[in-house]
Amino acid sequence: MKPRIAIFSLTGCEGCSLAILELEDQLLDLLGAVEIVNFREGMTEKDWNIDIGFVDGAVSTSEDEKEVRHFRDKCRILVAIGSCAALGGINTLKHYQGAAGEAEPPVAGNGDVAEYRRYVYGERAEWFPTTKARPISDVVKVDYALPGCPMVKEEFLSFVTSLLAGRTFTLPDFAVCVECKKRGNLCLYEKGIICLGPVTRAGCNAICPTFGSKCEGCRGIVSKEAVAAAGVNLREQYNVSLKDVLDDFRLFGAWQEADLP
Amino acid sequence: MKNVTIDVKHVTRVEGHGNIRVRVSDGEITQLQLAIVESPRFFEAFLRGRRYYEAPHITCRICGICSVGHTTASVKAIEAACGIVPSEQTVLLRKLILYGEELQSHFLHLYFLAVPDFVGVGSVIPLAKTHPDVVRRALRMKKLANDICGVVGGRHIHPIALHVGGMSHVPPDEELIGLKRRLEDARADLRETAKLFSTLKVPDLCRKTEYVSLKETDNGEYAFYDGDIVSTLDPRPTKAADYRKRIMESIVEHSAAKHCRSPNSPTYAVGALARFNNNHSQLHPIARQTARDLGLEPICENPFHNNTAQLVESVHCVEASIEIIDELLTRGMKVEPLMTPTRHGTGVGLAEVPRGLLVHEYTVDKDHRIEGANLIIPTGQNLANIEEDMREMVPRLLTSGLGREEMTLKLEMLVRAYDPCISCATHFLDVAWDE
Repeated sequence: MKPRIAIFSLTGCEGCSLAILELEDQLLDLLGAVEIVNFREGMTEKDWNIDIGFVDGAVSTSEDEKEVRHFRDKCRILVAIGSCAALGGINTLKHYQGAAGEAEPPVAGNGDVAEYRRYVYGERAEWFPTTKARPISDVVKVDYALPGCPMVKEEFLSFVTSLLAGRTFTLPDFAVCVECKKRGNLCLYEKGIICLGPVTRAGCNAICPTFGSKCEGCRGIVSKEAVAAAGVNLREQYNVSLKDVLDDFRLFGAWQEADLP
Repeated sequence: MKNVTIDVKHVTRVEGHGNIRVRVSDGEITQLQLAIVESPRFFEAFLRGRRYYEAPHITCRICGICSVGHTTASVKAIEAACGIVPSEQTVLLRKLILYGEELQSHFLHLYFLAVPDFVGVGSVIPLAKTHPDVVRRALRMKKLANDICGVVGGRHIHPIALHVGGMSHVPPDEELIGLKRRLEDARADLRETAKLFSTLKVPDLCRKTEYVSLKETDNGEYAFYDGDIVSTLDPRPTKAADYRKRIMESIVEHSAAKHCRSPNSPTYAVGALARFNNNHSQLHPIARQTARDLGLEPICENPFHNNTAQLVESVHCVEASIEIIDELLTRGMKVEPLMTPTRHGTGVGLAEVPRGLLVHEYTVDKDHRIEGANLIIPTGQNLANIEEDMREMVPRLLTSGLGREEMTLKLEMLVRAYDPCISCATHFLDVAWDE
């Protein structure tokens, strides 16, 4: 019997669900190999007997929390797709909105209406409850995570293929720089651009540096050691302010922990 | 049928989470809402303090479907705030990638989200078995649209090469030539698509409303990248910086919704049909012919014809993309350094994205960090208009003899015709609090 697949969305842009529809060359083969039984963005039919559930978006409200527990209940294998579901992603930027733009204590559970809610919704801010933005692994057990903003379509395919073939799937455990060098790109540090390639997990084929942009770390940090080494390098070799470095790291990675010496 | 309750939790085949709620008792509509249950994102708040050049790469993450559109409005707004005038080459490349996104979004909506309704199935998946040629054509066209975005920007979802002040990458000639060849081939696919849509029965609904869009007055192009704000009720152009004169956020008394109105009408529509109604004479001649073939004439006030307008625009965008590629190849491209701010202040960037007029406004401080942001999203502007359409439609449905399921489907089709993109619109949360 074909594995029964579901695709769910929490707080996010739904770009990772959309990325599945953008696998135009493989979509018909994919539909031949699996049965998609629940995908609100693309279909009306719904079924809750699910083998593999993919979730994009972060947990950012108590409703999200309830939903992701429900998904966990109904899915034999639960997979976080994209940076929001895997790392908290760009949603976590709201944690750094104090009065002076400095980090504010987490807002979850304190019953207070945070300043950022007032900024967007004014005096009706209390009508729009929100919690800290978190990866779904903070709420439920996650079997696999495919990070990236958006997730890497090719990685999604190789993940599904591995799973169908009964092979184990692991993410690359080296930095984006490896793939960047392989593609023959000139290192952006040579142009004076601070790039997160040295600390970020590979698997994207260094697509941002290849198109002339710095790596923004959307696939998460590859190891604490890499962050420590990069911290020393940035301080000793490049004249970068700590604020700029923190801004870079926080763009997608605010939920991760590592020491920046 | 005197007492009816229709509750659709999570309208499917739309981007984002929205609920329809209709209550009728004793033949009177007592409640009618398109409730947006997507969770708030707070982009406007967390942009504050970020560096000016990050705005497009942050705001494209508002929406996976319109990420090029958000990037476009964002770079234009920051450039207006920082006194940057992009090069002609940059503008041409930005227009090309924006056409790519209009095409990808329109194809996605027409084939994946709308066609199943007309054929009477729940999604595109069963069509793969019953109408394999149609599905293959849809995938071929969508892939071409994505590849336009990929060649120019690195990828469609969250494009990489588009920056404030220029492009960090220029496409090699041979990739543009390849795209051009495929765009020429796509003409046949579009003709087939038009044939398909000419056989689908479009529901009948007409309601006087205002259609708001950009219009280019200078060079006469059908407006996507540039233009001033106009409408069917007031064709006088309004400049970007004065957008507040045309778009007013208003508080609806009985709900938490922040809807939009214009000085001329309590609700208005944006999107493909609005652009067609204002700018049909600027369409490419082949697109104008397609409109005639499909019986679409300005000013059309049937919201279900938004699908038809998307198809007409797709024909236009294919022709316009071919023209831009020719121009880029003739002039030759070179890598240009990104331009940097020459001043700081407030700037507005407008763009016509697939679902309609998008507004980004930022204030940038002396250190070129963002001090304030305001974003007005097409779906937010359409919400009130969709509700008014439902108000018009429900009494007719009640007397039509249709069952509840069929009535619900018709309302869902109406919502889908606007192609709402609800993740984007959560600025305009509209939640029913009685539950």
